[in-house]
Amino acid sequence: MNDFSSKTALITGASRGLGRALSLSLSAAGAHVVLVARGKAALDDVVNAIRARGGRAHGIVADIGDPDAAAAIAGQAAAVAGRVDLLINNASTLGALPMPLLTDTEPHDFDRVFQVNVAGPFRLTRAVAGSMLLHGAGVVVNISSDAAVEAYPTWGAYSASKAALDHLTRVWAAETAGSGVRFISVDPGEMRTQMHADAIPDADPATLADPADVAARIVASVTL
Amino acid sequence: MSPATWPRGDADEQLLVVDTAQRRWQTRRVRDFPEALEPGDLVVVNDAATVPASLRGTSPTGAPVEVRLLASDADDRWRAVLFGAGNWQTPTEDRAAPPALLPGDVIVLGPGFSATIIAVSGRLVDLQLHATGGSVWEALYAYGSPVQYAYLRDNLALSHVQTPYASRPWSVEMPSAGRPLRMGVLMALRARGVEVASLTHAAGLSSTGDPELDALLPLPERYEIPEVTVRAVAGARGRVIAVGTTVVRALEGCVADNGRLVAGEGVTDLRIGPGFQPRVIDALLTGLHEPTESHFALMQAFADEPLLRSAYAGAAAAGYLIHEFGDLCLIM
Repeated sequence: MNDFSSKTALITGASRGLGRALSLSLSAAGAHVVLVARGKAALDDVVNAIRARGGRAHGIVADIGDPDAAAAIAGQAAAVAGRVDLLINNASTLGALPMPLLTDTEPHDFDRVFQVNVAGPFRLTRAVAGSMLLHGAGVVVNISSDAAVEAYPTWGAYSASKAALDHLTRVWAAETAGSGVRFISVDPGEMRTQMHADAIPDADPATLADPADVAARIVASVTL
Repeated sequence: MSPATWPRGDADEQLLVVDTAQRRWQTRRVRDFPEALEPGDLVVVNDAATVPASLRGTSPTGAPVEVRLLASDADDRWRAVLFGAGNWQTPTEDRAAPPALLPGDVIVLGPGFSATIIAVSGRLVDLQLHATGGSVWEALYAYGSPVQYAYLRDNLALSHVQTPYASRPWSVEMPSAGRPLRMGVLMALRARGVEVASLTHAAGLSSTGDPELDALLPLPERYEIPEVTVRAVAGARGRVIAVGTTVVRALEGCVADNGRLVAGEGVTDLRIGPGFQPRVIDALLTGLHEPTESHFALMQAFADEPLLRSAYAGAAAAGYLIHEFGDLCLIM
């Protein structure tokens, strides 16, 4: 297992699903974790679960889709846990449910999906990666989806947003090659999460991966 | 020179390069900063992020009060400057005095967020911040705003007062000389063979509106110098260039206290002015400010007054702007 004991990780969408599992897994590997989510109660549950196991965790209640959130998240995270070594842009939204055809998607729902899934990660990365580049070390992981490359009907806004996020990741990586900072895109596959149930309510849970297993694989693949 | 009234893009940001050996100056662009340096030079920046340090509240009698945090000396304990009614749109020197407060008085800053006065000296106070239902940092970021001054044209967002590489929020005003050093500039410096190192220094307030208090600025400020920066300074083949006066205070203050540069945390009360001989720093990249301020006195540690006045006159003629969103000056 990787040793993150002197490292700080900032995880968005951390109160449930893959974000929660990543937070628990990174904490188990020794990281000081800072968790971001919109809902305080669910966020407090994860923070308390980590602390109960002896881990170091802090919660920040924020909406990554809020244009003013990034500077406050970055500042609070560094205030309580020091310089951020690992940023995981995990928070995302499917948009309207059930997911409509792209031609039926309301423009404000489309905008919200891009604010949360693209502009939010862009702003938070901008607020955090400058310090990583100054110090010549750090990793930014952007959680993607196979919808970024496959054109599934009714997944339009989400798919396009994940394709955009993938391409941001490629450009960041190209611009910072040799800097010591890495930008990685990860497709976690289909998991037993609320988000998956929202998207495909009749999916057979037995065919879906446990987010804890996926999180463990992602954490094992990150070297700081 | 006029103040810059809003953050600007790199197309507009100018760089006054003052050559003290040749006793001449020239105007360039901030994006040309790497070309003004040589391989082997070392640039040291302050990576402190800026706290939303202006808090609006009410006194026990219901009077409005603005708390501007100045420096933190322990967990949630801060030195701060108080103002009465009004906001940043009124010049600090014209602001109403704060209501009379005594140790033990509580200023309400928001739901579940308050400050208890510990000590009072005029408008300078020591206070303890309290937050219920969350951390003090959470409350600070929820209710605080950036400290800003009357020459600006609108409310600043927190992101406006962060340098591109900001990390831990130790400063109550932006270490603004570093603001135009975007990643493109830092990467160009490194590509040229110029090293870039960092320290963290808690920049305080630049103005309180009280002439007696202003004369004491800057108050003692804490800093942390990493081991890697100490090694970079010791191994620098060329000049050491401080980005901002906070870097000067941290590096020279550390040497003044210890006789040499040592890694770790410290607090410096070093005041730098005419006649001061820097022992570590060879050159200074700094913002432009009014020549009457303590800042100008500090610049005279790097260039004599006639040369600075000549360069300033040239910058004024070239339309340079002053203060935190203004243009920069490299003295070397």
